[in-house]
Amino acid sequence: MLELKDYRTRVHNDWCPGCGDFGILNAIQMALFELKLQPHEVAIFSGIGCSGKTPHFVATYGFHTLHGRVLPIATGAKLANNALTVVAVGGDGDGYGIGAGHFVNAGRRNLDFTYVVHNNGVYGLTKGQASPTLPKGLRTKSMPAPAIIEGINPLATAISAGYTFVARSYSLDVKHLKETLKAAVLHKGSALVDVLQTCPTYNDINTKEWYAGADLSSKAPRLYKLEETGYDGNVKDPGDTNEVNQKKGQAIARSFEWGDKIPVGLFYRSQEPTYEDMIAKRLPAYKEVPLVKQDLYRRDVTPLLESLT
Amino acid sequence: MDVLVGALKETGHDRKLSKYQVMANTVAFGASVGLIDYDFEIVGEAIMEGFTGRKAALGELNVKAARHGYDYMKKTFQDVFAYKLHPVRTSEKRMVIRGVQAVGIAKFKAGCGFQTYYPITPATDESEYLEQRQKDYGIVVVQTEDEISAVLMATGAAHAGLRAATSTSGPGFSLMAEGLGWAGLTEAPGPVVILYQRTGPSTGLPTRTEQGDLQFVLHAGHGEFPRIVLAPGDVVECFHDTFDAFNWAERFQMPVIAVADKFLASSYRTVPVFDTTGMEVDRGQILSEKDLSSKSLYKRYEFTPLGVSPRTIPGTRGGIFYTTGDEHDEFGHISENSENRVKMMQKRMRKLQLAAQLIPSAKKVNFFGPKEADVTIVGWGSTKGPILDGIQDLEADAIRCNFLQVRYMNPFPTELVTEHLAGAKRKVLVENNYSGQLGALIREHTGIVMDYKILKYNGRPFSQNEVYDGVEEAVNNGVKEVVMAHA
Repeated sequence: MLELKDYRTRVHNDWCPGCGDFGILNAIQMALFELKLQPHEVAIFSGIGCSGKTPHFVATYGFHTLHGRVLPIATGAKLANNALTVVAVGGDGDGYGIGAGHFVNAGRRNLDFTYVVHNNGVYGLTKGQASPTLPKGLRTKSMPAPAIIEGINPLATAISAGYTFVARSYSLDVKHLKETLKAAVLHKGSALVDVLQTCPTYNDINTKEWYAGADLSSKAPRLYKLEETGYDGNVKDPGDTNEVNQKKGQAIARSFEWGDKIPVGLFYRSQEPTYEDMIAKRLPAYKEVPLVKQDLYRRDVTPLLESLT
Repeated sequence: MDVLVGALKETGHDRKLSKYQVMANTVAFGASVGLIDYDFEIVGEAIMEGFTGRKAALGELNVKAARHGYDYMKKTFQDVFAYKLHPVRTSEKRMVIRGVQAVGIAKFKAGCGFQTYYPITPATDESEYLEQRQKDYGIVVVQTEDEISAVLMATGAAHAGLRAATSTSGPGFSLMAEGLGWAGLTEAPGPVVILYQRTGPSTGLPTRTEQGDLQFVLHAGHGEFPRIVLAPGDVVECFHDTFDAFNWAERFQMPVIAVADKFLASSYRTVPVFDTTGMEVDRGQILSEKDLSSKSLYKRYEFTPLGVSPRTIPGTRGGIFYTTGDEHDEFGHISENSENRVKMMQKRMRKLQLAAQLIPSAKKVNFFGPKEADVTIVGWGSTKGPILDGIQDLEADAIRCNFLQVRYMNPFPTELVTEHLAGAKRKVLVENNYSGQLGALIREHTGIVMDYKILKYNGRPFSQNEVYDGVEEAVNNGVKEVVMAHA
């Protein structure tokens, strides 16, 4: 019988006290546990940044990769062994900056994996430079001057790129994050979970208090849950182009809502054929037996040689 | 044109000359074959291959046109033109094959299950060859968003337990440099990278050949990590070296790069059907669930005398491991410990010494010709053919030559190269590049300096005549560096 502690390692954690990464780490461990996934059947991949250390803290197969390159490596492993549950994690700089090309193209494939992005607006590991999500005009405490270019909208980008599950959560609401992650892992296809995260060391603007709305006259929390407003991001008939486009449009419009009110929850979900489904159309055995378990090592190449005589 | 009109008259198409003008090509083809007095049958077959289905009737018209050209040339030049071509009768079964095909077939033979690529000349043909046959051989071929993704996706698949490869040319390989370092540091059992060099730098002469990337391949990536670099010299070596590359990648857990070039990739060669006897897949040490049950905690990067740590395939119960591009301990967790760093560096680099011992000498270098000679030619890769041909001409003019072809660039066969070159009278380097990169490598490892260099960097491969002329110029006229420029 698996317990929550079976998903934890004893590796020393050196994240700053109060770091939003802790909430994400806990939510990942709890989601895997609640989904009753065998640790050896899960592989976690990360990029470079504070979040990059995540795999070392989870007792599954773990790959700490290169800056911006988590998705290619995770994709290769998943394609080699589609029986693995693949979760990729990374920072906003990692995924939406240096790895932006991979982020977009992974969405196009709709491979079955979950991508969790720690979105805190800064490059924490290199001491607080502006990340690709920091809005124009903001200046966090270690920046010499305010940002003069606009931040990227990761949710809108993901929907345009082809991710079939796009959600946002908050690192300090572990319960909501855990449920979101569970839905993302269960989703067949590419899932993006953008996690708003505090960086108590370098982001002195988007703090815990800021998210709680302490600076607003209403004192009302900025974050609100989409599902509590009657919003429905689910596509019921993926074959219905009108419905798909309407749902994408509604999700993209909502994703631009920022400021005093910020939506979290499921923006968009559609059940489309995955990359594995498409490969299986060419290689019928692909989905029945993962490639790593097939015997590819006694192939007869005589017909290929004969065809050239 | 008269001949073409004649052909059209025979078939009643002579009023549409403008429409059929393009058939002048076919007439010329027939004429060429007629001039050398070869059997016409082959002309007909070749043309009909290009006109199938609805176009068959058009094919017959073309054959007729070719026949007119053929007959005309035969009648007019039969006695004037001295060069004739006749088929060589052989009992041996032969193939017509290009480098990209030889590499592709070797990948199938080796059990490669995953190939990534980003479109680039001249490497793409190989990936397309694999993709066309993916259903029969069960291989996933992915066209990636760039070569960074290509090398890393293949590395991810290799770590997951699949034999994985990517193919590219210089510009793409440049993008792979950081990824190779990650593969090296994490001791990934691959990927196998096939680099088809073309003329650089930058876009250079993108459809032409060069041997300009050798030193880059040896050093691509920051820091120091083990890699195996080999350089096949012809289609037969492309086949065997590619096959071996997968065994080395898995046995020694490091990236393996095979360096070919545009000339080798795209040129058709007629060779006997490849001999596949003795080609055995060796996947190195892999621990199963059963092997692991007795161990309390599995160490993916365990310190071992030979440097290679037995690996597990993700998904194996009890085999959970961590891997990171940071320096790490035996479990694969990040470690800043200075002693651990030294031990890990030594463990990884020790695998190269092991590879040097286990790779058979016969694969590392080829040596052709007599032990003692007036001239010792040194080269690598696709210059092999022109050099072997050129040597025959030199012998005919009483210049005795032998030829050392270096096939393994890393681990470098220092002893073998020294043995062949130490007593050589005149050492002549032949390379398809500006600076003589193999010459520099030999000097680095052995201290031996080439006496003469014959270089060519106009984007074209060496010809047999250039090898002959180059050696003559060097040896008879004492020119230290001869630059060849035949187009």
